Amino acid sequence: MRSLSIVLLLVLWEALARSGKVTPFMLPPFSAVVGRIYTDAVAGQLWLNLGLTLYRALAGFFLAAGGGIVLGAAMSRVKPLRWFFDPIISVGFPMPKIAFLPIVMLWLGVYDVAKITMVVFDAIFPVVTATAAGLAAVDRELIWSARNMGAREGELMWQVALPAALPQILTGLQVALPIALIVEIVVEMAMGGYGLGGAMMNASRFADSRGVFAGIVEIAIVGYALVRTMALIRGRLLAWHHEAEHR
Amino acid sequence: MKRALIRYLPLVILALAWEGAAQLNLVSSLALPSLSHVAAAWIDLVRDGELLDNGLISIYRGVAGLVLAVIVGGGLGIAMASSRALDALLKPLVELFYPLPKSALIPVTVLWLGLGNGSKILLIFLGCMIPVTIGAYNGARGGDHALIWSARSMGAGRLRMLWDVLLPSALPELLNGVRTALALSFILLVSSELISAQRGFGYLIGYLGDTGAYAGMFAVVLTVAFLGFAADRLYQMLIQWLLRWRE
Repeated sequence: MRSLSIVLLLVLWEALARSGKVTPFMLPPFSAVVGRIYTDAVAGQLWLNLGLTLYRALAGFFLAAGGGIVLGAAMSRVKPLRWFFDPIISVGFPMPKIAFLPIVMLWLGVYDVAKITMVVFDAIFPVVTATAAGLAAVDRELIWSARNMGAREGELMWQVALPAALPQILTGLQVALPIALIVEIVVEMAMGGYGLGGAMMNASRFADSRGVFAGIVEIAIVGYALVRTMALIRGRLLAWHHEAEHR
Repeated sequence: MKRALIRYLPLVILALAWEGAAQLNLVSSLALPSLSHVAAAWIDLVRDGELLDNGLISIYRGVAGLVLAVIVGGGLGIAMASSRALDALLKPLVELFYPLPKSALIPVTVLWLGLGNGSKILLIFLGCMIPVTIGAYNGARGGDHALIWSARSMGAGRLRMLWDVLLPSALPELLNGVRTALALSFILLVSSELISAQRGFGYLIGYLGDTGAYAGMFAVVLTVAFLGFAADRLYQMLIQWLLRWRE
């Protein structure tokens, strides 16, 4: 039932493309696009591009996740750090960081380091804010009782505060992941080179509309798979949490 | 006043560190023009009208795309929430397109509408529609059923229901979706203008960078970043005003 409307959409696409109302340049038939993806897969081009895009997007995402959680936790514990970073984070979060892309290109060039840096720069903000807000909202009584029972400060962080803040931290990560993908695709388009976004841009330059649509379908599948995986991981990690009962 | 000063002091420190590093030649002025040079370049860009010309084009594109997304997306979300058939038909499609990294649509919109305003407006419309739809849908579905029933039993017509009951109860979540869309519109606008445009903020940034006018490039980047920040803050004030009846 759920896949019915998706099938319907694809049938409509195919029918519209074959009806002659639009040129194959504007909208190549879905079957031709699938054929193109298949050819690229057999030739190995698809796997190279897919691998590089995933590598850079995920490397950036994990760096942003690690760095963001550490910074958020540090901000919640160390007052001077909070004073210093709080305005920077709250002003930087709503800024379109993508505008800094030419500056990053100027400093770091157009290869992996520059691309991953852009991804981290964009994806780290939601993680920091979610971690800091999550830790700030942890029940005081939970902390007090743990301290009463003799928990040391390190244990308090790892065994009490961070697990209690986990739902919010995961929400921050769930915001950061799609951002990482959006940015990775843009930087590939702007900086060139291999990758799904880079391949799409090349196809677009050569007016190869099948290549462009193949890129959209591939990127849509990657985005869908990653976002679903993240939701599954959330369910696993929070199996103990009362949020799981509402499913 | 004093509190605000202490709060935003870190940003001042960053600015001073930037100026100091550039003045003392700690970094090459090619990589980092001093803040005072950037300010001078900004004034030049304002004087010769270049910043305003390109800025107005960008703002026009952003506003047009966003307004379309709010109207269509909001309508779609409320329609899905109030009709089972539409819900069954469209929900899988919304779920399918939600995780699509929206930047993948840049080459397609260029393929369809070229390098001008149309392709940017279409991109922002398509990219921003989904978060608005989801916000409106969740809001309208989460609406108080007792409220809906009592309004119906008091003889409210379909249109009255929509305007007086469904829309206000959907409003908080809808407005939240629009906030996500607002941030997304800046990202998509700047990305698409950086990658393929002949006018606009993103184009100006790329052009200044390509011609080595780095102080000017930094000036435009900071302008865009500030606008993104200011738009978010203004929007938050608007939300508070719109939802003042809630407390």
